[in-house]
Amino acid sequence: MSTAIDFRPPSSSRADMPVLDISKLAVAYRGKDEFQRVVHNVSLQVKPGEVVALVGESGSGKTTTAQAVIGLLAENGRLESGAIRLNGTDIAGWSQKRLDAIRGSKISLIPQDPTSSLNPVRTVGAQVAEVLEVHRYGSRREIEARVIELLGRVGLPEPELRARQYPHELSGGMRQRVLIAIAIALKPSLIIADEPTSALDVTVQKRILDLIDELRHEYGTAVLLVTHDLGVAADRASHIVVLKGGRIQEQGRTEEVLANPRSDYTRQLLSDAPSLGKVRHVSRAASLRSEENAIEVENLVQDFSVRGRETFRALDGVSFIVRRGSTHAIVGESGSGKTTTARSIVGFNKPTGGRILVDGTDVTGLRGEALRQFRRKIQLVYQNPFASLDPLQTIFQIVEEPLLNFDPIPREDRARKVQAILDRVGLPPSVLTRKARALSGGQRQRVAIARALVLDPQVLVLDEAVSALDVTVQAQILDLLDELQKAMNLTYLFISHDLAVVRQISDTVSVLHNGRQVDSGSIEDVFSCPTSDYTRELLGAIPGQRRPFHH
Amino acid sequence: MTSLNSTGRSLLQDDPGVLEGPTSLFASRWIAALKNVQPGLVLSWSVIGVATLWALAPQAFTSYSGTVGIARQQLRAPSAEHWLGTDALGRDLLARIIYGASNSLSGAFVAVGVGLAVGTALGLIAGTARGRTDAVIMRGVDVLLSIPQLFLSLSIVILLGFGNVTAAIAVGVTSIARFARLARSEVVRVRVSDYVEAAYGSGGTFTRVLLRHILPNSLTSVTALAALQFGWAILAISTLGFLGYGAPPPTPEWGLLIAEGRNYIARAWWLTTVPGIVVILVVLSANRISRSFGKVKA
Repeated sequence: MSTAIDFRPPSSSRADMPVLDISKLAVAYRGKDEFQRVVHNVSLQVKPGEVVALVGESGSGKTTTAQAVIGLLAENGRLESGAIRLNGTDIAGWSQKRLDAIRGSKISLIPQDPTSSLNPVRTVGAQVAEVLEVHRYGSRREIEARVIELLGRVGLPEPELRARQYPHELSGGMRQRVLIAIAIALKPSLIIADEPTSALDVTVQKRILDLIDELRHEYGTAVLLVTHDLGVAADRASHIVVLKGGRIQEQGRTEEVLANPRSDYTRQLLSDAPSLGKVRHVSRAASLRSEENAIEVENLVQDFSVRGRETFRALDGVSFIVRRGSTHAIVGESGSGKTTTARSIVGFNKPTGGRILVDGTDVTGLRGEALRQFRRKIQLVYQNPFASLDPLQTIFQIVEEPLLNFDPIPREDRARKVQAILDRVGLPPSVLTRKARALSGGQRQRVAIARALVLDPQVLVLDEAVSALDVTVQAQILDLLDELQKAMNLTYLFISHDLAVVRQISDTVSVLHNGRQVDSGSIEDVFSCPTSDYTRELLGAIPGQRRPFHH
Repeated sequence: MTSLNSTGRSLLQDDPGVLEGPTSLFASRWIAALKNVQPGLVLSWSVIGVATLWALAPQAFTSYSGTVGIARQQLRAPSAEHWLGTDALGRDLLARIIYGASNSLSGAFVAVGVGLAVGTALGLIAGTARGRTDAVIMRGVDVLLSIPQLFLSLSIVILLGFGNVTAAIAVGVTSIARFARLARSEVVRVRVSDYVEAAYGSGGTFTRVLLRHILPNSLTSVTALAALQFGWAILAISTLGFLGYGAPPPTPEWGLLIAEGRNYIARAWWLTTVPGIVVILVVLSANRISRSFGKVKA
């Protein structure tokens, strides 16, 4: 055991025996006619009280590995070979019935999505009690008392009240706390946390991870943390296991992996992770010199009516100016009003009050044909590249469509323009005839950018445009955006919850909190001396800061 | 005995080695392909195929006429000459069923066509326009749904006059409501999707977005319903024919055949049973096929 990790309990003689010892694990999924192996020869150990992070991109086999450990592989999954030793007992070949006895008591799971992991028609208390009842914890009264104690322990205010509430009455962070309460109910020796915070806002994410850390200290539970975020792994884990394509690329003590990565893939991950990678040195001086304003937002107010006459103020007095050729970021958590702002600027929302000037035109007054013509100037790129492309159209049809909507040009010219823009965003001509479902997430987002750029707009609004992508793909798209901005003198409005990404690519930033602008200014000013407590909290929640590390 | 057993076992043990050869790999792939074939679906397609061929070229399947009887050959039992016997006017039953296919199938096509076209159009308008138009159309659809289907189609036949085409239209009208509801729900789902908003965002006009994105993406489940409705339409048209509201005699129509044979059920049960079985087979086959469509979509 290492002594370099400050927050771990001191080593004991028991520590030599790992809680979890996976050796040469291989898992396969049944495809059309044969089994395809997705996890190859994975071996790792988790010692008592230790956090081991399984890091990898989507499709790397990290979740499959975790599911295999707890015996919850999808129906078409099969454990092909290898051993899974839990406290020295090989549980690899166990039946579901035998596993039931240890699931919850010896080994438990914190699932990824707190919304779909709780039963919507049962109270929170009943769901926590279930795990205790299944394992015969004690009398009904004892169970009830334990449920309240657990809910209080995971930091839910008024646990007696919460126990009687249904999942929809709780926020995402509170639901995740309930799931943690279920996981720790019987003090298991191992908790598998499968992306426990990916669906949560950054500040909530920090609190949940702090809670897991705290409970781990208290109970001495080992944690197998599955995450795509190297920053989270760096902060929380003592060991890191890097997976790619179902194979272990590298594993070792966290500071060793971070300081001297041995595999090329880990090096790439480190440089691509926005929270860990060095800040890009993009020369912004030239773009900032422009005095022309591409977007001016003055005192934007947006009310929504909620059930009849009640109104909810989603935006309250938001103002900012974006210079031509620069990138302005709007940062906030879910419900902060950042997407509402973006939709008002592109003309999908009519704001209740305020003024929005894009290239000198007041957007708020536009209607009908004038609004349609205005759309040539400003384009929106959506968060989810799987939902923003018509599944029935080919890539050529998708990118060609904006051209058909304005001044008709001959077919050959259109084809040439489409090919040129696809080339520009780095897609080969072979994708032209394919449908969107045949492309990867990164490729789809490139198509969405190509569709937005084919009309030569001046402003591109990117609504969480890289949030759904893996870090390496995210880095590629950010590079592409940077290159396009320089070449075409584009103005970007970058909507994001991820401050690390924002720091990399923006010139100026507005921080929104509950519809109000709490901070605004150049990126250096806001990040180095934030004026509001909320911005400070946001900055403190960026993962990957707990370890001083440079490379 | 023991020696036999041991040789048997050794043969079995040898087997896996043999199976690893390239030829057996080819064979196992064939077996896998055969496993994927669903016999029920194949059977359904062949039933519909035969019925379609009957409708297209009845004369290729029988030398008898579907409408003209043969003198002195009334109510004959099935024999080598008349496979399914003859009816009270001396007409060959098999020929009547074969010639009847074109009436029943074309009727079903017209019925589904009416329902599909009118229903989808109403659903599309209701789903895209929303507001007052939506409310008016959908309440109208609710009224249509509240009237029993048979009652509604009988009233329409009475209003439009008797005949094969009017019966088909009457059956089609009763299915408008189902198509309208499905189409509207699909349109409502599709119109809030990111790609539709993106199409407006890139300067698309209302009609253009409707035709390029909303309509094609809404139609997938509507077509699955159309296949399902096909079987149901055959049944409904036969019902009207049976009640005497469909094609007038002597047209060979399946429902009419059942009705006519009913009078001789004691002496010649096959006259009513065989057309009944044909209707059941075709309807079941259409249902089975439409279910496979739905699976592919999902």
